[in-house]
Amino acid sequence: MIVGSSPPRLDGADKVTGDAMYVDDLQFDGMLYGATVRSRQAHARYLGYELDPDYDWTDITVVTHEAIPGGNYVALMVDDQPALVSDLIRHPSEPVVLLAAPTREQAEEARAHVKLLVEPLPIVVDLEAARAGAGPIWGDDNIISHLEIQKGDGPGCVDKALAEHPDAILVEGRYYTGAQEQMYIEPQGIIAMPWGKGGIEILGSLQCPYYVVKALAQLLDVPAAEIKVVQAVTGGGFGGKEDYPSIISAHASLLALATGKPVKLVYDRAEDLSSTTRRHPAITWHRTAVAPDGTLLAMEVDCAFDGGAYTTLSPVVLSRALIHGVGPYNCEHAMVTGDIVATNTPPNGAFRGFGAPQVCFASERHIDKIAATLGRDPVALRRQLALRIGDTTLTGQTLETSVASDEVLDVALEASDWDRRRAEAEAINARGGVPPADPIPGMGTTGRLRGVGMSFFFHGAGFTGNGEARIKGRVRMEVRPDGQIVIYSASTDIGQGTRTVFPQLAATTLGVGIERIEMHTPDTSVVPDSGPTVASRTLMVVGKVVEDCSNALKARMGFEGGDWDAAVDAFFAGGGDGSVELEYQTPPHVEWDNETYQGEAYPCYAWACDVVEVEVCPDTYETRITGFWSAQDVGKAIHPVLVSGQLEGGSLQALGFAVLEEMKFADGQLTNNRMTNCIIPTALDAPEMDMRLVEAPFAGGPFGAKGIGELPMDGGAPAVLAAIEHATGLSLDSLPASPEALMRAAAE
Amino acid sequence: MRNVNGGLTVRFTLNGEAVEIRNVPPMERLLDTLRERARVTGTKEGCGEGECGACTVLIDGAPSVACLVPTCQVDGEEVVTVEGLAEDGRLSALQSEFLAAGGAQCGICTPGFLVAARALLDANASPTRAEIREGLAGNLCRCTGYQKIVDGVERAAEQERAGDAG
Ligand code: FES
Ligand code: FES
Repeated sequence: MIVGSSPPRLDGADKVTGDAMYVDDLQFDGMLYGATVRSRQAHARYLGYELDPDYDWTDITVVTHEAIPGGNYVALMVDDQPALVSDLIRHPSEPVVLLAAPTREQAEEARAHVKLLVEPLPIVVDLEAARAGAGPIWGDDNIISHLEIQKGDGPGCVDKALAEHPDAILVEGRYYTGAQEQMYIEPQGIIAMPWGKGGIEILGSLQCPYYVVKALAQLLDVPAAEIKVVQAVTGGGFGGKEDYPSIISAHASLLALATGKPVKLVYDRAEDLSSTTRRHPAITWHRTAVAPDGTLLAMEVDCAFDGGAYTTLSPVVLSRALIHGVGPYNCEHAMVTGDIVATNTPPNGAFRGFGAPQVCFASERHIDKIAATLGRDPVALRRQLALRIGDTTLTGQTLETSVASDEVLDVALEASDWDRRRAEAEAINARGGVPPADPIPGMGTTGRLRGVGMSFFFHGAGFTGNGEARIKGRVRMEVRPDGQIVIYSASTDIGQGTRTVFPQLAATTLGVGIERIEMHTPDTSVVPDSGPTVASRTLMVVGKVVEDCSNALKARMGFEGGDWDAAVDAFFAGGGDGSVELEYQTPPHVEWDNETYQGEAYPCYAWACDVVEVEVCPDTYETRITGFWSAQDVGKAIHPVLVSGQLEGGSLQALGFAVLEEMKFADGQLTNNRMTNCIIPTALDAPEMDMRLVEAPFAGGPFGAKGIGELPMDGGAPAVLAAIEHATGLSLDSLPASPEALMRAAAE
Repeated sequence: MRNVNGGLTVRFTLNGEAVEIRNVPPMERLLDTLRERARVTGTKEGCGEGECGACTVLIDGAPSVACLVPTCQVDGEEVVTVEGLAEDGRLSALQSEFLAAGGAQCGICTPGFLVAARALLDANASPTRAEIREGLAGNLCRCTGYQKIVDGVERAAEQERAGDAG
């Protein structure tokens, strides 16, 4: 069986030899280089631009919003974001004027000779002030989107519970997480080329080829069939290359149409950091009525997410956040509310977790606060409250199958030897900490305080509610007369391994060797729309269609194993049609009401438990993560090495979010826009990771697999803060747990 | 050697072959010379300021970030990029073990890691996991969490030692 084994990834040889071609590696005859002139102001009236009269503009092409044939907006959810500013600047990196030049250097140089004429307006960048209506700078209240989910008594449920249960305790908290950069190592980039009669071909670093088709067809006012989008090998995405590539494609296309030549528009790191999307900064408030035995009687959760200047994908982020708002716990009465709030900052967008890491941080810190208030053990309280088969989620979904709460808790706690490790840390701290004779570079010479913390979390797989039924992801598969089988899908491999696991699914289902299977490059002129590569859906949803197509081919050919070549010859000799195209069939039980947010929010959830050990220097308050154990439920590990690699990588992004990653702003503009000051963990910051796979199969996924792309991002940060609290007694409610933040907490 | 237009002619060995690049502006980065002129594009640019290590190459055996090295400085030296790591057209033990361990996901950091790992293993044939982390601390990867990169280098070291012994 090829499913369940770990062959070297099929696109891997090219990646270890340097042969894999990423967008910036590609060159075409006559290719020009693009540059983007951006606003500096966060909010201003745009009056026009001036070209430096002393500069030689002979070889430079200049394009503005006036060159746009269609509507001047980036088609996504709401048409509020212009492709190029025409009258109002709403954030400090808005694209205004585009340039194309024969070399990168010339394009870069010319950019400095364009002056934008603007009239500054008052700016609004503080999330709470914006939510209170400052300005307003968006609509009449700055609220881009509002959502509520109720369970049981709903509004006022906490006060009601407190009144009904005189012995109940009120636990309140306010939790903050800041912006986080995806920091794919390959900056964003696109090449646009004139194609056919008035059409455009795009080659680029991107997650969702059909999003680009939709945006360009509108912007250029051409039929979708005249837009061809091809994914180049892509150097990471994590959500950051979900929607922004549509904007870069728009710009590169306008320049390509204006010049009739291929145009490459690749951002340098500073431009990528300043301009593209990031994780939404968020504040989450919790009010919980808790019975003395730990029962959550009623919960109120309220979130404010900083959407930035335009709508983009934020309403969907809010939706996923609120659905995960009370965590994987039983609570009979709840009221969960939230707003996407506009500010004069670049739009925030998709980043692995998509709203869940923010609310999971809040709910896990809050459960720890409840445990501390009641004097309860944090693990015992979680075990008491955890959702299990037969329990009902916030949206009223009764969990009937594929719940792994007990397994992930058991496995992670055992792997980490939780009880012994906690006790040992306490004993070490009682003796003055880890002896200075056992140094960690850069951690001072006094005894370091050790602590161990954990988190328990879940993540809904696939699109919310009836999303998959709406999207109808499609896949085509073809058997060729030479016996090779080709998979055509728009699902992109951005590192997660799609180009390996889809062939595994097809090979195993058909009963042939994996070398028989090829995957066509995602090219919208050839592959059907499988839906976007987002939402932990590719393997579980699109992979299911690969399995269905494989079964359909097998049935059509009457192949029951044995000699594949003979079966293929017989099939084609009989005039067989070797091509099948199918669309995703939503499992029959999914019922969802998009108005009330009641029903099956997700066909299944993936479950996880993280345990983190830290050491904190009591002088410098620097934190080192010294151990990480995790059990994560993947349904079925199609490729154990790839899936554990995903889980480890996602977990380190979460650990970085906890202690080091911080984006700093002045007047809405990012001030640490370089890799040297916008840091992510190195191999020295990363602990050894003990990642355990738990398999609670989901019948609707291929071979039982469920979506896990985002799961590992959700739980790392609260586990780290719990460990820091265990080590130092300092309880932080915001990220990152930097030395400054810990020092401030210690001073209080 | 200075050319008429003020550029330089730079000669060096690139992955074992002699190359001569003409008209190199004095401050041209080795990274651009390799990628844009020699069209050897395995060496990547992630930051352009020495932080990410995606552009790591060996210059006379020493790992160096090609985004901070002016091309004129490698005149007469030996430069090895990821394209120079394969042996007789086949993956070296380092490449194949790195791949089998799951050390490459999106792959954009991979050339830099492999080159840095080559230098590490040349200096220390039996590194501990901590030494591997230390040796690769100048390279950033956002996909893997480093666990499988360290695994891959550890496995490659074992293979190479076994190969040397046998
Ligand atoms: S590109 Fe040279 S170190 Fe990042
Ligand atoms: S594999 Fe993607 S950055 Fe390392």
